[in-house]
Amino acid sequence: MIGEAIAFYLLAAAMLGFGVVVVTSPNIVHSAVALVPVFLGVTGLYILLNAEFVAGIQVLIYAGAITVLILFVIMLTVGGTGLRIPERNEQGPIGFAVAAALAAMLAIGVTHTAWGRGGGALPAYTPGAIGQSFLGPNLLVFEGTSVVLLVSLIGAIIIARKEE
Amino acid sequence: MPWYIELARAIVGTIVIFSGVAIIAAMFGVLLERKISGWIQSRLGPKHVGPQGLLQTIADTIKLLHKENIVPRNADATIFASAVVVVPLAALLDYVVIPFGTTRAGPLIFRDLNIGVLYFAATSSLVVVGILMAGWGSNNKYALIGGLRSAAQMVSYEIPIGLALITVAMLAGSLSTVTIVNAQRTVWFGVVQPVAFLIFLISATAEVNRVPFDLVEAESELVAGYFSEYSGMRFALFQLGEYGEMFAMAAMAVTLFLGGWRGPVLPPVLWFVIKLYALVFVFMWVRWTFPRFRIDQLLNFSWKVLIPVALVNLVVTAYVVMVLHP
Repeated sequence: MIGEAIAFYLLAAAMLGFGVVVVTSPNIVHSAVALVPVFLGVTGLYILLNAEFVAGIQVLIYAGAITVLILFVIMLTVGGTGLRIPERNEQGPIGFAVAAALAAMLAIGVTHTAWGRGGGALPAYTPGAIGQSFLGPNLLVFEGTSVVLLVSLIGAIIIARKEE
Repeated sequence: MPWYIELARAIVGTIVIFSGVAIIAAMFGVLLERKISGWIQSRLGPKHVGPQGLLQTIADTIKLLHKENIVPRNADATIFASAVVVVPLAALLDYVVIPFGTTRAGPLIFRDLNIGVLYFAATSSLVVVGILMAGWGSNNKYALIGGLRSAAQMVSYEIPIGLALITVAMLAGSLSTVTIVNAQRTVWFGVVQPVAFLIFLISATAEVNRVPFDLVEAESELVAGYFSEYSGMRFALFQLGEYGEMFAMAAMAVTLFLGGWRGPVLPPVLWFVIKLYALVFVFMWVRWTFPRFRIDQLLNFSWKVLIPVALVNLVVTAYVVMVLHP
């Protein structure tokens, strides 16, 4: 248990540290790259929670794909370096208010929830159980997500085709 | 098990993987590459340092370690330096789920994760972040173009690799690499699934940026691509990452399609090494035989040929697994 606690606090500290870099860095590429350790920290938390499958997906989708997508988009914009993109605008106070409200809501939510302990035993082979749940009780949500992804895929193709 | 023993095991494991990859994959791999290229081009290859040139890469490594570490004046120092860590680290992480053989105490593997194949796909996709960082951080147009090409290429070829991995996982009924090897007791998946095997090999060549898919570092166009500006130890670490990734891909192909450590008479670890080097030889043979593709041909090939074929193969396999032999 001590080991898990140490791992948790180390991961949390690293995530918070890099999270601050993501938000405050004046260089947008630095912000994007600093997202990688944050995502990997989340992966570590999932592993601590015995959610290995989700951890694998987290690395594959977020640390691997989403970061590359963000970097790619930055480098394809004007200038190619991302250095000329302004990091701040006049909406700072509004953003601060929204962030403060969100933080307050999260704090209230976390402190007022009766956290369940010991949610039952893990199935022996979690990927199989997750697959069964996707194609069983949660079929509608799963298919809905795939339709959203399909729409965005077709939309991207149409936008890319327009210039020809 | 107490946490500090787990931690000590992880540290020892990291050291073992790092030195293993550095010596077996990177140093011996470079020597093999030069010898095989020499043989294919009717040359002798390195011959002077040590017997038959065996110590040539050791001499090269020592030279690289001694060299000055140059950072370009306008480079982004933080990203330039951290990219060097990401590429080899992502390659080293691949080895955690590869079963090298089996002993009486169980399979020889660092951790038999029950998401092994997914883990492999995830860690090998991290390399591209390092390559993009190196390309951008160098502040050099050739490096940046190399990095962008690599991102486009690796994102495209990850999909056919993923589809080939899923096909095998469906046949074995598990994502764990040890279970997959055990499922090949009677017949190799490379025999059952020749299409998936071929798709995996082609995409793996593209993932590790080797000829005929090495547009990332096409010498005639981009100097050395994303690592043009790196020198000394940092250059060596990129080489390590590249060869480490190639050996990891070959080891994964052995595990998924060639029955892993299984084979008659010889000890399991030896069988694994024989199959691994056979595949590494195929990679090198291809490199010195085929000319380089153009970037549009490369991306078209992935999106218009490999992905549709892999999808059809997946559906057919699913039909066979679920309907014909449930």
